Amino acid sequence: MANVSLASVTKCFGSVVAVDKLTLDIADGELLVLLGPTGAGKTTTLRLIGGLEQADEGSVIIDNHDATKTPPAARDVAFVFQQYSLYPHLTVYDNLAFPLRAPVRRRPEAEIERRVHEIAELLRISAKLQNRATRLSGGEMQRVAIGRALVRRPAIYLMDEPLSSLDAKLRSELRLELKRIQSELGATILYVTHDQIEAMTMASRIGIMSEGRLVQVGTPRAIYEKPCNSYVASRLGTPAINLVPTGLLPSPEAPSDTRTIGARTEHLRLRPANGAGRARVHRVEHLGDQSHVHIDINGHALVTLADPHAPLQAGDPISVELVNPLYFDGQGRRIDNGATGGTA
Amino acid sequence: MAEIRIEGLSRQFGEFAAVEGSTFVIEDGSFFVMLGPSGCGKTTTLRMIAGLEMPTGGRILLDGEDITYRRAAERDIAFVFQLFALYPHMNVRKNIGFPLKCQGTPRSEIRAKVEEAARLLRIEHLLNRRVSGLSGGDRQRVALGRAIVRRPKAFLMDEPLGALDAEFRRLMCGELRDLHDRIDATTVYVTHDQLEAMAMADRIAVMNQGRVEQVGTPQEIYDRPASMFVADFIGSPPMNFLAFNGAARPGDRHIALGTAVVEVPELKQESAGAALALGVRPEHVMLDDAAALRGTVFGTEYLGTTQIVTISTEYGPVKARIPATVNARSGETVGLKFRPAGLVLFDGITQRALATAAFDHGGWVG
Repeated sequence: MANVSLASVTKCFGSVVAVDKLTLDIADGELLVLLGPTGAGKTTTLRLIGGLEQADEGSVIIDNHDATKTPPAARDVAFVFQQYSLYPHLTVYDNLAFPLRAPVRRRPEAEIERRVHEIAELLRISAKLQNRATRLSGGEMQRVAIGRALVRRPAIYLMDEPLSSLDAKLRSELRLELKRIQSELGATILYVTHDQIEAMTMASRIGIMSEGRLVQVGTPRAIYEKPCNSYVASRLGTPAINLVPTGLLPSPEAPSDTRTIGARTEHLRLRPANGAGRARVHRVEHLGDQSHVHIDINGHALVTLADPHAPLQAGDPISVELVNPLYFDGQGRRIDNGATGGTA
Repeated sequence: MAEIRIEGLSRQFGEFAAVEGSTFVIEDGSFFVMLGPSGCGKTTTLRMIAGLEMPTGGRILLDGEDITYRRAAERDIAFVFQLFALYPHMNVRKNIGFPLKCQGTPRSEIRAKVEEAARLLRIEHLLNRRVSGLSGGDRQRVALGRAIVRRPKAFLMDEPLGALDAEFRRLMCGELRDLHDRIDATTVYVTHDQLEAMAMADRIAVMNQGRVEQVGTPQEIYDRPASMFVADFIGSPPMNFLAFNGAARPGDRHIALGTAVVEVPELKQESAGAALALGVRPEHVMLDDAAALRGTVFGTEYLGTTQIVTISTEYGPVKARIPATVNARSGETVGLKFRPAGLVLFDGITQRALATAAFDHGGWVG
């Protein structure tokens, strides 16, 4: 394992700037998640590290060596893609052993056997080693695909939405497994996703991308509690943060240059009101563990969480109070007013 | 105005029973969701209501009238497939008005009804636009407009949002429910997505292998699942099950997990055998160093306001949803406590919930 750095890397496709002067250090043993919508440049960044794309400008440093011009096979990286591309005619064992039998890094068969069993154990597919790769469930196939990367000990594992083709239940199981394996192996992983839950739950640090740029890098808690701007704030949190103009709700503590107030569930206090107020419950969605309460204030929609047994109904007048919300200026940048602004 | 009554409805395909003796009532004006995994019979049931599939047993009543074998075209029900299918060469107005034109409705009436539908969907300003230039959301609204323009007695929708990405799906869920509240037409909606079902439904029928497992409001189904299947299918993460052997008799207020005594709602029913499972939702699990039930933290997942902590116990893994401020480290030994009112006891043999003071099979108690 090793550290990987990108120094002011730019990649254009024709007139489209896919990655724009991106600088990023991935520390040894870290699971760094790049999060952003489609087209933000996450996958291109991953492919630049893997050598599947060549940088137009800047440099890619892998394990303290400049790898900018190194061909993919000579870079010490392993990929896992969204679609598990297994060899259908081979057994699970042979699929896992395949990378270790490649001519450039041929290993003795005894060592291969030991590695394959170790990884199969880790991924809990030991019982399936002699199965054909095609006689597996979707979750098992994806485990084998991840395992085929893990049998090697490259400088970095590059994973591009490896769980997104799985159903919700399997995804949540593998999320936890993958994080456990990563910390057991001390593996360095760059992980690309558009799923904020994956980013929040797995990452050592999250890099938020938008239009080819890296907007903010930090721990999940730092990004959630101290987003640098309203774009980052709206990437994390369910329901999404409410961004409302100043003046809609009383906010005596707002710094003077505040233009937008960011209110997550934990920044809003709801109380039943007598009907004189302007806020009304528009709809209550019962999601089981909690309810999403949609509130209408002068035509502005707010969504927040409430206890599922709270006696709220559509049409009810309600009072809404801000508690330590986030403040953003006219450019959308967060104004740091000293308060933690989160679940302190 | 339409109440749909399903009575003992069945559909056999050769040896295979796709739907087996379903019975439930879809109340007039309600948003009713049929929820279940693929192959559970939800789409077959919907197609029988639409008249696209003939039952092999049972009856379907629309406002008291037996329509079981009536032709689809004579049922006054609109079937909405994937919402995105529009005619690309027509403008918005023509797309919405198309079903009326097919029925031979007079032109002035079409005009009035299209404008009415556009008003309900708040897309009046788009009526003369080409469909091809519209955003995804507007295209979806136009497709909805085409469904509501006939003002049928009921709408049937089969996974209409299936092809959309998660963020957009949440948005459309809200819009569909808002639209429903404005036009008050009975809606029957099929999905395998429990969040969609919970977010939109007045009542949900959870289906599994051709059978209806439970019918109830989203909150009832969530809090008081009638079977282990329902408990596991609803919730993210789903309900935890702690499997144990013991005795459950009417009047019991406690169960024993080894040396740990757990308070439960008073039992009203005896279990069939010794195999039992204690069901507890992640938000009803609390960490408490003094608790007798012990486990080891396997991992934590930060979610912002809350976190999910997975704890290995001798009764299986237990997931707890607790505030993100609580410190829990992998490998650490912790004690587990449960909120008694949130507990459900399942019979390990029948896989059904045992009746308790909090819940009997008739529904809510107290």
